[in-house]
Amino acid sequence: MIQFVNVSKVFPNGAIGIEHANLGIEKGEFVTVVGPSGAGKTTLTRFISGEESPTEGTVLYDNVDIQSFSGAELTALRRRIGTVFQDFRLLPNKTAYENIAFAMEAAGKSDEEIISDVPHVLQLVDLQDRMYHFPNQLSGGEKQRLAIARAIINQPEILIADEPTGNLDHANTAEVIHILKKINDLGTTVILTTHDRQVMDAIPSRVVTMERGLIVGDDKKPSIKV
Amino acid sequence: MFWVTIKRVSKSGWINFKRNGLVSSASVLVTTITLSVITALFLFNASLSSMIVSLQDKVDIAVYFTIDAPEEKILALKDTLQNIPEVKSVEYVSADEEVLAFRDRHADDYLTLQALDELGGNPFGGSIRIKAKDSAQYESIASLLEGDSQVARDNSQIIERINFAQNKVVIERLNMLIDGSRKAGGATTLILAIISIIIMYTTVRLTIYMSREEIGVMRLVGASSSYVRGPFVVEGMLYGFFAWLITLLMFLPITYIITRQIGSLMSMNLYQYYVSHLFSIGSLVLLVGLVLGALSSFLAARRYLNV
Repeated sequence: MIQFVNVSKVFPNGAIGIEHANLGIEKGEFVTVVGPSGAGKTTLTRFISGEESPTEGTVLYDNVDIQSFSGAELTALRRRIGTVFQDFRLLPNKTAYENIAFAMEAAGKSDEEIISDVPHVLQLVDLQDRMYHFPNQLSGGEKQRLAIARAIINQPEILIADEPTGNLDHANTAEVIHILKKINDLGTTVILTTHDRQVMDAIPSRVVTMERGLIVGDDKKPSIKV
Repeated sequence: MFWVTIKRVSKSGWINFKRNGLVSSASVLVTTITLSVITALFLFNASLSSMIVSLQDKVDIAVYFTIDAPEEKILALKDTLQNIPEVKSVEYVSADEEVLAFRDRHADDYLTLQALDELGGNPFGGSIRIKAKDSAQYESIASLLEGDSQVARDNSQIIERINFAQNKVVIERLNMLIDGSRKAGGATTLILAIISIIIMYTTVRLTIYMSREEIGVMRLVGASSSYVRGPFVVEGMLYGFFAWLITLLMFLPITYIITRQIGSLMSMNLYQYYVSHLFSIGSLVLLVGLVLGALSSFLAARRYLNV
C-alpha cells in the first residue's frame, strides 16, 4: 500500500530529517513508529500526507509516486487519509459537531449524510454530550477523541496518529490506544508514532524503530494484521 | 453540488464573521476608514468640479456692436456662433436692453443718468455674451471673431470691440488654476485611495495570518484550496458590506454639518448633493467595499494554502 524507497530528506538549513529509508506498509497493518524526539518519525508520516517531499527517493501510494500528484490529486489523497496530531489541530471557531462536519463537507458529503454520521461518530468516541462545545471547552482527552472522530469520519484507508498521546494522562492515553485498536480492527491501516515505550508495549503491533533519521529496527513478528 | 458548496461557504463565512467578534469589528473599522476616505474623495472631486464650473460660468467673451448694426445681422452672427462645437451658449442683449441695464446700474447716479438723457438717443449698441464649454477654448473663439476668418471678415463692419483681450489674463490664470486643481485633486485621490487600500489589505492579511494554522488543518483534512479560501472571501465581503453601511449612514450627518458650517464658502450644497446621489455613491462604494474585501482575502489566503 505504502512504499518508502530509499527516501532521504535534507531540510533547507542542512539538517537531515530522514536518511535512506526503505519501508513497506501493507493494508490493514498497525505500525508503531518509535524513537526519540528528532528521530524523523513525524517527517516519515508527513511524506504520506504530502506535507513533505523527499529530497531523494520516492514514496509510493498504491504504486504511484506521491510527488507526482497534482494539487487536486493530493487533496483527493488526503480524503483517504485521516490524521491525528499531538496538538489536536482542531478548528477553534467550530464546535465539535462542526469540526467533524467540516471534514465531511470537504469530502463532498451530502447534508443528509452529515446529519446522520456526525452524531454516530461522536457517540463512538463518547463525545455525544459535547457535540456543541468548542475545542477550548473540552479536556485534552476529549480534544484528542474529537480529532480521532474527525480523522475517521470519512472512513479513511489509513489513519496517521502522530504522537496522539503526547499531551494526555494515563487514563486518556489508554482510551486513545483502545480507540485506535478498534479502528484497526475494522480494517483501517494505522500508523502511530510515539516516543513512549509504554504506549508501544500496550499495542501488539509491528514496531519500526528510528534514530537520527535512520530506520534501525523493524520488528514485524508480533503484530502484522491479517 | 455547486450551490451546496456556495451555501456551505457562505454560511461558514458568516459564522466565522460572527464568532471572530473582535477581529471582525477591527476589520470592519479599518474598512470603514478606507471607504470613508474613498467617499470623501468622491465628494471632494464633486465639490472641486462644481467650483470649477462655477468659476467657468463667471467668465465669458462679450462682443459689442456698433449703434447702427442691424439686429438681423447680429442675430445671424449669434446663430453662427451657436453652431460652433466649442460654444456652450450665446446670449444676445439688444441696444434697448443695454440702456435699461445701464440705467439700473446707475439708478443712484443722477449725474450719469442726466448725461445719458441729454444725449437724446440710445448711445449703446447691442452685444452678445459667449460662454465656452471649456475656458481653454475662449482663445480660439476670440480668434474666430478677430482674426482672418470668414466670420470676422463678414462682421468687421458691425463689431465695435471684443473684450477678450481685457479678460485674457484672467482666463489664462483661471485655466492654470483649473488645470492645477484637477491634477492635484487627481493625484491626491490616487495616493489616498492607494494608501487606504493598502491599509485594508494589510488588516485582512493580518486576520488571515491569525488563521494560518487553521488553513493548514483544513487542507490536511482534504479541503480543496477554493473550499478553504471561500469562507475567508465571504468574511472579507462582509467587512466590506458592514463598513459600507456604516460609511453611508455616517456621511449623512457629516455632510450636513459641513454644509451648515462652511456651506457659504462652497459652490454647492454638499448635503443635498450627497442625498441626491446616495444611490450612485452608495453603489460605487458598496462595489469598492465588496471587491476590496473579497480580493484582499483571496490574495491573503493564497499564501497559506500551499500545505
